Amino acid sequence: MLFTEHFSHYNWDKEQRSIYAKTEQDVLGALNRQTRGYEDFKALISPAAIPFLEQMAQLSQQETQKRFGKTIQLYAPLYLSNECQNICTYCGFSLDNKIPRKTLTAVELLQEIAAIKDMGYQHVLLVTGEAQQQVGMDYFKRMLPFIKNHFAHIAMEVQPLDEEDYITLRKLGVHTILVYQETYHQEDYKLHHPKGKKSNFNYRLETPDRIGRAGIHKIGLGALLGLDDWRTDSAFTALHLQYLEKHYWQSKFSISFPRLRPHVGGLEPKTVINDAELVQLICAWRIFNRDVELSMSTRESKTFRDHIVKLGITSISAGSKTNPGGYAVEPQSLEQFEIDDNRSPAEIAAMIKAAGYDPVWKDWDPALQFV
Amino acid sequence: MTQPLKIANRTFQSRLFTGTGKFSSTTVMEDALLASGSELVTVALKRVEHQQGANDGLLESLNHPQIHLLPNTSGVRTAKEAIYAAELAREALETNWLKLEIHPDPKYLMPDPIETLRAAEELVKLGFIVLPYCHADPVLCKHLEAVGVAAVMPLGAPIGSNQGLTTCAMLEIIIQQSSIPVVIDAGIGKPSHAAQAMEMGADAVLINTALATAPDPTMMAIAFKQAVEAGRIAYESGLSPIINNASASSPLTSFLNTL
Repeated sequence: MLFTEHFSHYNWDKEQRSIYAKTEQDVLGALNRQTRGYEDFKALISPAAIPFLEQMAQLSQQETQKRFGKTIQLYAPLYLSNECQNICTYCGFSLDNKIPRKTLTAVELLQEIAAIKDMGYQHVLLVTGEAQQQVGMDYFKRMLPFIKNHFAHIAMEVQPLDEEDYITLRKLGVHTILVYQETYHQEDYKLHHPKGKKSNFNYRLETPDRIGRAGIHKIGLGALLGLDDWRTDSAFTALHLQYLEKHYWQSKFSISFPRLRPHVGGLEPKTVINDAELVQLICAWRIFNRDVELSMSTRESKTFRDHIVKLGITSISAGSKTNPGGYAVEPQSLEQFEIDDNRSPAEIAAMIKAAGYDPVWKDWDPALQFV
Repeated sequence: MTQPLKIANRTFQSRLFTGTGKFSSTTVMEDALLASGSELVTVALKRVEHQQGANDGLLESLNHPQIHLLPNTSGVRTAKEAIYAAELAREALETNWLKLEIHPDPKYLMPDPIETLRAAEELVKLGFIVLPYCHADPVLCKHLEAVGVAAVMPLGAPIGSNQGLTTCAMLEIIIQQSSIPVVIDAGIGKPSHAAQAMEMGADAVLINTALATAPDPTMMAIAFKQAVEAGRIAYESGLSPIINNASASSPLTSFLNTL
């Protein structure tokens, strides 16, 4: 069975209504239970849980420290290309945006790697748009050997691929694959992805299954918060995670929280998730699932990130550049999304230490991944 | 005051083994480990900077004459991967001691009994001093012993859970049957759990989460040190038996004496 089948038993509107109908009693039940399920998660992200935010934060901190200790993992995104054949209404790399396109050559890649390593990074997240010709498997196969020798941990956030491709990537040293569903609202998904391979909702929805079957160590999920109702999308993400944990019990999982914010000329979010709600969501995830890794990017502000490291997050990026060549080759080119927290990795590490946590630069070793 | 513990060719005065994960800083970790008196400290290979020229603050903070390193293979999923990682750990940390951990399940980190036995047998042949992390399975522990591991490390409860000795009944059998040291690893959440393990006759305990995530790891290290010592003294000196029934003041059979 694939997730698409499991998913077909659920109805967006019904789930949405049920989240908004959750009561104080449901929230108290969720907070007090030892083992929590999907309905508890819905209660914790519901408007009814907002008055319990402090209690949720305390519980989330406790659970996180118990499982992950007082540590925060650091990683850097490395954008390989901004070529993209998709139209995504919210993305800077969308095909219909007339921006200069660039794909790193091997020499440029090595320059970027050197710049990232100089900042102290051992964990890297490779990012591309979706352009099979320029940045398909051939490109990855050529570039990964260069990257592998320089980092302890390689994650990828690229277009959905076939199972065999994921097996190949694993053999080339890739440890983690992130693929965000963007939204679980099937009709709205089509509106936001009118063209390109990405318009196939089911192919994307089954991607984590293909990643799991390929034996990838860690699978990252997420919804673009605000593209649709963030609560309902988060509930479906939880449903997805529950399914995946049962089927791919040898994989770890991580959740990210990209949020769409109103900005001039950009796509208006359908719902805006404010700071308090994002805290609620992060804490709800931790209370729901003690083991899932929760990741925070530099999209968020300095103040928000300073506080959120204590509330359930387990990994963050710092000093990020979201344009190919942004670290060394072509620092001035256009970014995929605007960075809010511009502090250097050293400054972020100091912030983590001041919060009473150990910034962890290395938490994997290629030697552990025998293929 | 208590008998020293011998594992393979090494003698330990302290029966409290410790881990290095989850601490808020290497300084906090160093202070706590020194306070614990621990002489065997496990380090995950995945956290060690072993590339040429790399500066490893973690290893530097463990550089004390009384501390012996016990590299572990945390992260591997198969025997093959464990053996590969072990070879690298031996070279990088310059010791042939190894805590063998194979957990294909990243959620509960449950040790894989089949792969662990397979890897242990091979690693012993390759000259490693192997201490396998395993389930509290008495038969598995005997099998591990038979392939030549130096000690067994059965779990008290799921790792990091602080639940205490939930596998108590099985641990008692393991301790009773084992002719190599038994180190209770995982699940020990408070000093009283450690004391209980030692009273039962465990040769040592390994503590990590309960120290690293305590509000004051150094004070907690002292508490564990004392608990382990107290439990061991109690074991060596002999506990009084538990009496389940009170002795009746009017025995039912005393009339026999009058006959």
